[in-house]
Amino acid sequence: MTALPATADNVLLAEAGEGTRVQFQGIEKSYGANRVLHGVDLDIAPGEFVSLLGPSGCGKTTALRVLAGLESADGGAVLLGGQDVSRIPTNKRDIGMVFQSYSLFPHLRVDDNTAFGLRRRGVGKTAAGRRALDALALVGLEGFADRFPHQLSGGQQQRVALARALVTEPRVLLLDEPLSALDAKVRVQLRDEIRRIQLRLGITTVFVTHDQEEALAVSDRIAVMDAGRIDQIDTPEELYLRPATAHVAAFVGLSSVVSGVASGDRVTVWGRDLPTNAPAEGPVQVHLRPENLRFSGEADAAIGGVVEESTFLGSIRRTLVKTDAGELVRVQHDARQHPVFGDRVHLAVEPVPVAVRES
Amino acid sequence: MNRHGPSRATRWVIGILIGAFFAIPLVSTLLYTLRGTDGGLSFERWAALFDPAASAAMKPIWIGLGNSLVLALITVLIVLLLLAPTMILVNLRFPKLKPFFEFTVLLPISIPAIVLVVGLSPIYLQIGRTLGTGTWTLAFAYGITVLPFAFRSIQASIDAADLKTLSEAARSLGASWPVVVVKVLASNIRQGLLAASLISIAVVLGEFTIASLLNRQVFQTAMVVVQKQDAYAPAIFTLLALLFCFLLLLIIGRAARGNRKARS
Repeated sequence: MTALPATADNVLLAEAGEGTRVQFQGIEKSYGANRVLHGVDLDIAPGEFVSLLGPSGCGKTTALRVLAGLESADGGAVLLGGQDVSRIPTNKRDIGMVFQSYSLFPHLRVDDNTAFGLRRRGVGKTAAGRRALDALALVGLEGFADRFPHQLSGGQQQRVALARALVTEPRVLLLDEPLSALDAKVRVQLRDEIRRIQLRLGITTVFVTHDQEEALAVSDRIAVMDAGRIDQIDTPEELYLRPATAHVAAFVGLSSVVSGVASGDRVTVWGRDLPTNAPAEGPVQVHLRPENLRFSGEADAAIGGVVEESTFLGSIRRTLVKTDAGELVRVQHDARQHPVFGDRVHLAVEPVPVAVRES
Repeated sequence: MNRHGPSRATRWVIGILIGAFFAIPLVSTLLYTLRGTDGGLSFERWAALFDPAASAAMKPIWIGLGNSLVLALITVLIVLLLLAPTMILVNLRFPKLKPFFEFTVLLPISIPAIVLVVGLSPIYLQIGRTLGTGTWTLAFAYGITVLPFAFRSIQASIDAADLKTLSEAARSLGASWPVVVVKVLASNIRQGLLAASLISIAVVLGEFTIASLLNRQVFQTAMVVVQKQDAYAPAIFTLLALLFCFLLLLIIGRAARGNRKARS
């Protein structure tokens, strides 16, 4: 992990500001007959790190591209710092963007790539070069200024792209799945580095990802999207512990779906009475987290079942159990327990709030 | 040794036959131009090209060569300033038009030059009235005949570069569209632009039918004129033109290799 340079030595850090407020107001977007954004509303506070999380095709990248000005919205407005920028072209919006695919200019050296935005803003060659080196230092690539993009690894290229996006001190930083082309270890390193740099610079950041773990790890808030709408926007903890909808419960973290009967804000599952996140009545589908299920003795058990498979995940294991009701559920437990296929087990359920969806 | 390939002897025979097919006419032409008045080998025919006494006879060729070079320059400008930006526009903004665009630009290769001229004649009457009958006006027709060759070279470079991401990255960094095209996109397809330019020059220098039927004096038509008085001079110029085109192809080949290396 690279150490961030001292603030006094680095112009970018010394000039770190408060960030800019970003607002989506009823953004509509269609491609032909396919409506991809249905009146998206989102208010991002200055300096906040917000992730747009959702499956492929949910509209998260389109929303980001509308914010960047790379797509025009059919309706609604995008505001940066209270100013409607909907009709302002991309090159005048004062944004920084890192793309999913490697977007460095192949014919330019790393320092020229990094200084590109500054040169377009009329900064002199010497001053731009100096600031580019500061930005490269920020992402831990001080010694790479004279290399060409093809001489860098994928992770290094994305770091340069990050430096290039940050060096102009944009009002908002847009990250369009910048880690998805990288291997697992580099992903985690760069993900944490992006967050540390964002916190140091105080820049408002919008991060598009389909990887819930990434979003949970770095975001102040996460907007979970589905079919062109924001299902829920909340802190990672709230999203995980109190998902507002079954889609959020299913998409954020693992959950197993079982049948229950709801009455107001309570639901009965396997004869046990559990609190719900939202009131419901009658037969419902209940989302149970693997960590809220545990193996127990027969006396405490809510239900019995037979082990289907067990996966070792380092300090923990996840075991798939087919209950006596015929439902498949995942149980998270200590790795020292090692159930095998065909074992008879008993399951208890923790009395924590669960997400429900009408059957 | 590859069991499925031809034997070494077969390969040599094929190589020699094909080499001879190309070399015999060229060597024969060269020997023809080196035949001296006494029957031996001599450079006197080559030296005569630059002899002030024979300059009047050679004048059409020099004028034709000058006209052809001007035409080549204008044709290259048409390729670089009209075709290349249009291709970038089609690839970035109107990708659905690509099949139609490709069909249109490849069309000239399937139309015989004589048919092209029949269609161009009334247009050139109008061009003659408005822009004059200068040889340079042929560049409009040549701009069409080089389209298939220039298109292929540029499209290969465009396909190799992710123009969409590069242009979006440049736009997000504050670049205007002219800056995006000149500083980012053109730089990344420059091998294709270079190859398209060189191949356009080669096509223009070798074109005869359109120029002849539209009564313009270019390098090829001038050679036919001079041949009626001196059979040796056109043969020498043909060899020189072939050498020039060979050098151009070498440069294109090197450019393509450079492109592949840069990508790898």
